[in-house]
Amino acid sequence: MAQKTMRDAINEALHQAMEQDESVFVIGEDVAGCNGSAGDVGAVGGVFGVTTGIYHRWPDRCIDTPISESAIVGAAAGAALVGMRPVAEIMFADFIGVCMDQIVNQMAKFRYMFGGKSRCPAVIRFSAGGGFSAAGQHSQAMYQIMTSFPGLKVVVPSNAYDAKGLMLSAIADDDPVLFFEPKILYQEACEVPDEHYTIPFGEAAFVREGDDVTVVAFGQMVPKAAAAIDELAEEGISCDLIDPRTTSPLDEGAILESVEATGRLVVVDEAPPRCGLTADIAGLAADKAFASLKGPVKQVCAPHSPTPFAPELEAAYLPDGDKIKAAIKATLS
Amino acid sequence: MSIPTETLSEAYRLMKTIREFEERVNAEIMNGQIPGFTHLYTGQEANAVGVCAHLDESDTIISTHRGHGHCIAKGAEVAGMMKELFGSSEGLCKGKGGSMHVADIDRGILGANGIVAGGPPISVGSALAAKIRKNGKVAVSFSGDGSVNQGTCFEAMNMAVVLEAPAVFVIENNYYSEHTNISYAVGCDDLKARTEAFGFPVFVADGADFFAVYEAAGKAIEHARAGNGPAGVFAEQGRYHGHFVGDPQHYRGEGELDDLRENHDCLKNFRARMAETGELDAATLDAIDAEVMAEIEQAVTEAKAAARPTAEQVTEDVYINYGAGA
Ligand SMILES: Cc1ncc(C[n+]2csc(CCOP(=O)(O)OP(=O)(O)O)c2C)c(N)n1
Ligand SMILES: [Mg+2]
Repeated sequence: MAQKTMRDAINEALHQAMEQDESVFVIGEDVAGCNGSAGDVGAVGGVFGVTTGIYHRWPDRCIDTPISESAIVGAAAGAALVGMRPVAEIMFADFIGVCMDQIVNQMAKFRYMFGGKSRCPAVIRFSAGGGFSAAGQHSQAMYQIMTSFPGLKVVVPSNAYDAKGLMLSAIADDDPVLFFEPKILYQEACEVPDEHYTIPFGEAAFVREGDDVTVVAFGQMVPKAAAAIDELAEEGISCDLIDPRTTSPLDEGAILESVEATGRLVVVDEAPPRCGLTADIAGLAADKAFASLKGPVKQVCAPHSPTPFAPELEAAYLPDGDKIKAAIKATLS
Repeated sequence: MSIPTETLSEAYRLMKTIREFEERVNAEIMNGQIPGFTHLYTGQEANAVGVCAHLDESDTIISTHRGHGHCIAKGAEVAGMMKELFGSSEGLCKGKGGSMHVADIDRGILGANGIVAGGPPISVGSALAAKIRKNGKVAVSFSGDGSVNQGTCFEAMNMAVVLEAPAVFVIENNYYSEHTNISYAVGCDDLKARTEAFGFPVFVADGADFFAVYEAAGKAIEHARAGNGPAGVFAEQGRYHGHFVGDPQHYRGEGELDDLRENHDCLKNFRARMAETGELDAATLDAIDAEVMAEIEQAVTEAKAAARPTAEQVTEDVYINYGAGA
């Protein structure tokens, strides 16, 4: 099977969805690129290259926009309401700050407020997360916040294989889906089948299996946690590593089953702690698996601070293997 | 219009400082010395300098992701900026912000801004404060040809008119927003007219000509200072570099970059004008060049030697006072 990067895997999913269904189109800033210029229209394919080649095959369904995030999301939502399947790109998840109303008050709530009489099968893609020294306005995870809004489905892939299958599910889904691509993982490759396949929402992946501690990690923290767990295996500590893959819906069953078996839980996410996913999963365990817990749940996440610029600061800010290992060991002591 | 010789030599010095700062930053990025996302202002220097020449320290500016030039023109300390770009804890923002967030509130620099069109609404607030305080100050926001398509920009322009606030909207048309040409992204043919339709005058200038920008900005700023509400400046001039360092620039036409550097250069134009009028001789300008080169070299040397931030600083400066919970 071919090795593909996460960027190429998502790109392939977009191509396959566009081939299958004429109602699918992509829209966003520079998703084609170079429009109106004397240069090569379509040469960009999104600033991270995720929509590469789509313009050349389907110029009418690869739509560049002005810098207008509210209108981009709104246009996707509106087109979806009348039966299209748009995949909109918001370049950085941080720009949710600009288009929050269209996502949260409009798209998320149509179906409920309209008494179940509407469908909004829109996908909004975002690059997300830290690791680029991109500072406070280009580094945020954001998915933890969006997970709190009923009506939205929220996807956070951690590898190329999952990203392709989850994207194909997202496009086929009849509800609005927010798809957060950890940008530090775009170049990471793994085996990805050429064929069309889907990965259902609400089904976690067991990335490692073990007996001592349950580790739940999200997005770019999944490979970090896997590496930490592999190191600990040499010390005789064995862990389950669960990647929920979608934060809404959440595979509560997989997490609870594992916690019931290990009695110990570490939750890892790159976002700050308050009202985040680590607290969310810790709360789930406290509520539904309390009797199984042998000790306190440990949360590994960023501090309650914006993302700093300097590489040293960002390295200290983001969770890393050492912090994950320390938390796992702390649950065992 | 006669401009005092001192103003002229200072304007030249600032334009040259921006040019050399940016070229050096470009080189240091290539060397792997400067992390993060950096957008260079090279080519557009006359816009920043022509506008800021009319401002004093307590007038405010708010900038964009392409902010180094605006900050230098408004008086930001070059070594402090360089240290910030290198991520030093001695930088203007203690290494917390980097290129996209250079700020110096004491000098009226309300920050570069990583969010396209994040600035104009904030600038209206600064202008409103000036109006309430009746202190004759103005608030300038810089926006690109792409930025003007954001709702926040429209809202800020309309509200400034409604509030009769001394806000000056400087629109810098460098023809592209990232990889998209203005002829695609701005739906109407006449951005100046679209802007004026909000209800304020807009003065147009060739952004490669310091004197043109100086004159247009002078009119706009005078209009706002005099209590007539907002005004605009519309300056056209391409950038010499890509959108970001490393941009393959597929959108450029044949010979476009050569033409820009050859025929649209504010420094060359300034020197030619001085040769004509004799206001500053070539030796004086050469001496300024040498001083600027030395200053930039010194700034880089200092930045490379400057203190690095430490882990405990991550959570400093999130709040002034977070109370008992902290
Ligand atoms: C809200 C938001 N959307 C998109 C971006 C990504 N982005 C950064 S600069 C830029 C282009 C801005 O174009 P323009 O306003 O013309 O300024 P220029 O880069 O030409 O100076 C874009 C799309 C952003 N930083 N913020
Ligand atoms: Mg521009």
